[in-house]
Amino acid sequence: MPSSYTNPVYPYTHSPDQDSAQPVHHPVVIVGGGPAGLAAAMDLALQGVHTVVLDDNNTVSVGSRAICLAKRTLEICDRYGCGQPMLEKGVTWNLGKVYFGQEQVYEFNLLPEPDHKVPAFINLQQYYMEEFMVQRCMELPQIELRWLHKVTRVSTDDSGAAITVTTRDGDYQLTCDYLLVADGANSPIRDSLGLQSRGQVFEDRFLIADIIMKADFPAERRFWFDAPFHPGQSTLLHKQADNVWRIDFQLGWDADPEEEKKLENIRPRVEAMLGKDREWELEWASVYTFRCRKMDSFIHHRAFFIGDSAHQVSPFGARGANGALQGVENLGWKLAAVIQGRAPAALLQTYDTERQHGARENILHSTRATDFMTPKNHITRVFRDTVLDMSRHFPFARTLVNSGRLSKPCTYEETPLSTPDSDAFKLALRPGSPCTDAPVSGGNGSGWLLNHLGGQFNVLLRGEFDAGRITALERLATQLREMGIRLTILRVDAPGEPGAHTVHLTDHKGVLAERYDLLTAGVYLIRPDQHVAARWRQLDLQELEAAVQRALGSHLQQECAA
Amino acid sequence: MSQLNLEPNFSDPDAFYAALADLHRDRSAAASEQINARLILLLANQVGDQQILEQALAIAGQVNSELLHDN
Repeated sequence: MPSSYTNPVYPYTHSPDQDSAQPVHHPVVIVGGGPAGLAAAMDLALQGVHTVVLDDNNTVSVGSRAICLAKRTLEICDRYGCGQPMLEKGVTWNLGKVYFGQEQVYEFNLLPEPDHKVPAFINLQQYYMEEFMVQRCMELPQIELRWLHKVTRVSTDDSGAAITVTTRDGDYQLTCDYLLVADGANSPIRDSLGLQSRGQVFEDRFLIADIIMKADFPAERRFWFDAPFHPGQSTLLHKQADNVWRIDFQLGWDADPEEEKKLENIRPRVEAMLGKDREWELEWASVYTFRCRKMDSFIHHRAFFIGDSAHQVSPFGARGANGALQGVENLGWKLAAVIQGRAPAALLQTYDTERQHGARENILHSTRATDFMTPKNHITRVFRDTVLDMSRHFPFARTLVNSGRLSKPCTYEETPLSTPDSDAFKLALRPGSPCTDAPVSGGNGSGWLLNHLGGQFNVLLRGEFDAGRITALERLATQLREMGIRLTILRVDAPGEPGAHTVHLTDHKGVLAERYDLLTAGVYLIRPDQHVAARWRQLDLQELEAAVQRALGSHLQQECAA
Repeated sequence: MSQLNLEPNFSDPDAFYAALADLHRDRSAAASEQINARLILLLANQVGDQQILEQALAIAGQVNSELLHDN
């Protein structure tokens, strides 16, 4: 088959660990060098935590696989230092067309919302995403990547984990304080520990075909319900980088995957879809089954499951790799805080509670899209077809058409780490929400708020405050630093000399004040993963310090001890 | 004159659609028909206004091919 991409080959390296008489100990070992594992390594590295990443292969993803990177993922990757090449290589589309039967029923234009550094999403093949992540990992001295090191045995208890690694040079043992399991949807480690990921299998199959277009083709997304060239089934055409296009054909449960993957069977379908005149070549094809499932707990003693091993969704919601990265950013700062001694181990439990909420939300959206595409009985098919029919004429019906929604990050509602609002604020952004970007000037020179947030705690404040309290806030930041807690103060629209912990920013477009409801004075406490922890109209240092401790789970320790 | 709203008005369209599908899950055809009838009556009472209801009835009556030719 022709190829627009050549998979890099990463060399096997023999580690001194393999020659040790005793198993070598590492604080954190990560199993799996896919998006979740690589992101975890970068997150921890930026927090100063060393990791060893073990992967049984020596390259990135074979085939395009996950292709839609949502805004939050791009923001996370930007913080890790690998977002820029993704943005440069990825493609965007704004125009979407929906077809029902023979004709187009409507089209929509996703005009980008201004004043954000990154777009709502890009389309980029997973191999590029992983390649850019690997490049960034190689720049970070805290990360050791070991290719062709396959984990074949795992045991864990409440004090750590022990693993056996198989290589061409034979087996060796490692021990670690924390094992991050990112070995994919079929996670052999999950199975070997007797754990399960449970949920729903949809009785449906999809064929994915990546084709290379020989000539320009409009950058738009086309979705067919009941396509004339594929009767009774859905079809999606989606653009990727390098003039590669993703086509998804719904096959139904009775289809023969091996037959469907053959070029002679794919060709007539694509020709019926694109016309016979268009020249293209098949690059990659695969058949998969939809599945939505998750583990009951993502934590098993000292083994932490991240990405598809922990939770799996069907495609069309772009919540697989995107959900994985949100989980990783949730775990990274907590693990670093516990390892470096500024938070109790009980904080780690909130990785499970917060991301169970995220996984449920992702599964819900993914299930809804799948249910719309594949009606389960006669009456839901009547409703589905009527919605599509009415969407020709009536805008209201278009809001019900679901061919996959944009992936949005979840807000951690009711997390024990948030301090609930006691003052009046708008609710669009609230405790538990991921921070929204806004253009700013000043500080380190980056023109975007999110580039100033994250990694450490941030206090973001705008408005008039008592000078004595501002001085005391600096003192609090110094005290916290002595306890190992980094906190940076971002003062907006209050020019002054930068303090040891203070950065001055200007909200020159007024967008920050609008998005954070800071037209009247207010203070935000922001977690290291850029989620809002607390906010007030007044600057009260006792409340602020209590909220920092709460976000670090100090109140959870006692509950655990009790 | 009161006007039927044909612009988007659902507070959570996906949640509504999912709840509607759930309502019909594992029902017999007769039960589904009855559920739909009950639902129409409930919502019609909520709308109340006869002019609006008549506009909705008129659009609902233009099924399938007729709808295509009615622009």
